[in-house]
Amino acid sequence: MKLTGAQVLIKMIKAEGVDTIFGYPGGAVIDIYDALAKQNGLKHILVRHEQGAVHAADGYARANKSVGVALVTSGPGATNTVTGIASAHSDSIPIVVFTGQVPTGLIGNDAFQEVDIVGITRPCTKHNYLVKSVEKLASTIKEAFHLARSGRPGPVLIDLPKDIVGAKIDFKEPDKISLRSYKPNYKPNKKQLNKVAGLIKQAKRPVIFAGGGVILSKASEQITRLAKMANIPVTASLMGLGAFPGSDPLWLGMLGMHGTYRANMSIGHCDLMIAAGVRFDDRVTGNIEKFAPDARIVQIDIDPTSIHKNIEVQCPIVGDCKAALEGIIQLMEENDPDDFKNGKLKWLEQIEEWKNTTPLKYEQDSTVIKPQFVIEKLYELTKGDAIITTEVGQNQMWAAQYYHFDKPNHFITSGGLGVMGFGLPAAIGAKAACPEKLVVDVAGDGSIQMNIQELMTAIESKIDVKIVILNNKFLGMVRQWQELFYEKVYSSTNMENAPDFVKLAEAYGAKGLRCTRPDEVESTLEKGLNHEGTVIMEFAVDREESVYPMVPAGGAITEMLLV
Amino acid sequence: METNSYLLSILVDDEPGVLSRIAGLFSGRGFNIDSLSVASTAEPDVSRITMVTKCEPHIIEQIKKQLHKLINVITVNDLTDKKYVQRQLALIKVNAKPEKKADILRIVDIFRCKIVDVGLSHYTIEVSGDTEKHDAILSLLKPMGIIEIASTGSIALSRENGKK
Repeated sequence: MKLTGAQVLIKMIKAEGVDTIFGYPGGAVIDIYDALAKQNGLKHILVRHEQGAVHAADGYARANKSVGVALVTSGPGATNTVTGIASAHSDSIPIVVFTGQVPTGLIGNDAFQEVDIVGITRPCTKHNYLVKSVEKLASTIKEAFHLARSGRPGPVLIDLPKDIVGAKIDFKEPDKISLRSYKPNYKPNKKQLNKVAGLIKQAKRPVIFAGGGVILSKASEQITRLAKMANIPVTASLMGLGAFPGSDPLWLGMLGMHGTYRANMSIGHCDLMIAAGVRFDDRVTGNIEKFAPDARIVQIDIDPTSIHKNIEVQCPIVGDCKAALEGIIQLMEENDPDDFKNGKLKWLEQIEEWKNTTPLKYEQDSTVIKPQFVIEKLYELTKGDAIITTEVGQNQMWAAQYYHFDKPNHFITSGGLGVMGFGLPAAIGAKAACPEKLVVDVAGDGSIQMNIQELMTAIESKIDVKIVILNNKFLGMVRQWQELFYEKVYSSTNMENAPDFVKLAEAYGAKGLRCTRPDEVESTLEKGLNHEGTVIMEFAVDREESVYPMVPAGGAITEMLLV
Repeated sequence: METNSYLLSILVDDEPGVLSRIAGLFSGRGFNIDSLSVASTAEPDVSRITMVTKCEPHIIEQIKKQLHKLINVITVNDLTDKKYVQRQLALIKVNAKPEKKADILRIVDIFRCKIVDVGLSHYTIEVSGDTEKHDAILSLLKPMGIIEIASTGSIALSRENGKK
């Protein structure tokens, strides 16, 4: 069967089980767009900026537990994807980005819309390719999807010169992927697992610390079972929220710079930490010297470079989180289960005391809307079942603190890179992946303006997303730092000059709602969430509300500023 | 903290961009490369990179793991604590004043080097050996006046029963 490179591309994407891709056309990919128009089965969503395409693919991958795909043209189309790719790289999200390229004969000649995107994205992709012959196209695509989703997942980029996608070949199914240099180790070392079971038995003050790796390896059930079997309280990084039910009594809340008092105190006082799928980011550890000083640390990770990178651990386990946790549970089941539960009640009492004396809290006000209150009401009205995406900053932290995630793949945020403008396109991607779910982007007035053009994508594609803007007319997180550490010099963080978000929503064809009073928060949310179609709900919130607790940068995790 | 010198022998896919991936990894993570040598091997699509890097002991583990994480890297062999043979090739152009010529020839003879080019006022000496030999001959030739040096990075292979 004779196929063009463009047809091969579409066939291979479909073969990977992808039903929707996100992209933006241009000269170098015009043949691919022509082929897209003449096929069925692969839906293309036209974004309004290439950065949006990559964030949407990211959101699609996270909500769908599969690989997201973005397609863009050469030159500026390609460079616009870099932020999205770097974000997916930081958070280990499986996406494949296809970029157009000038014809092979022109590469290196500084041709129109030529850029060395393979060179530019080398440090922020898991791997990338320039396809130089149409014969290699199918196998390269298959390899790219394999790399993106296996081992520690991540973004893979394929650069496609125009003559390659235009060329015709006799299509042959590519062989099974076998890479001599890439064989991720999924199976954990049994001896190490035995050691962990022993450590759990001995521990008096254990804590489980779950990260994004638990969600990626679909190991939430195992984390939950392990915690319950041995009465171990659980905390999580921002990326790990939802790995363990937020409504469970063993849940400590999030850990880190804006973690709960009891989560951070537990880390300061635990004698055993079981860290699964985490990389000990500085926002989690604070001062490394004072992080979990009394604990023996077990670290489970598929990526050996994550181990001993920031924190010295006593029991490293290289392997898949799910397989490792499953293995530990099995070993525990072979013993008397009471052996593991015993001796931990005092520890749980201590944690309960921390929870009662210093809970997550804010001062309610009768005239000014508190941003935390909006998230609490959002949680109540959606019964904790919505997919929440966020922008970056205070909005992200309040969503993380006050929306108690019970299930994995329901919190989609740019954790590692911290990309403002992530939430709206990611929400579009998540909704495209899960049309039956309610998808809400929790935004700030600053970050929503960074990719606001994607509102048109949502309207055009009839992808119904709900946007909650916590409008404090500030770049709130930076303002908070300026208040605390820079003598309230609010340098360039005042955002009073802003568009009318209700009119803006209407200009794009969405519904716009504004709420300025605490007693109208619930009704505004109800109205917005029940509206069929995309909505912006703007809440005029307390301008100088800050996110607490807060660990000042470089401080010990247990030294928190409270309200 | 003390820094040590480490000798890594790395097998990679012989593909465009591989060296750039490795160099980028080092610059991006703040590791440093002391010397680097790249050439093909007996296998047609495999190249060997021999690298000397100076760092603290806990960093070398990260370097090795990060290298191994690159998709095009096939194996990373740390030769530092193993038995190995190591060579480096240098061409040294040295001033050859009439009164010093005999001295230079004697040094060349003692170190079993070769004179590969002779001019009216200079000799070019070919030196092959390990790093110590290079350091030694350089220190002896320095007083004569070294005009130019071209040197390769280290290359190395493990010996049979490579454990020290």
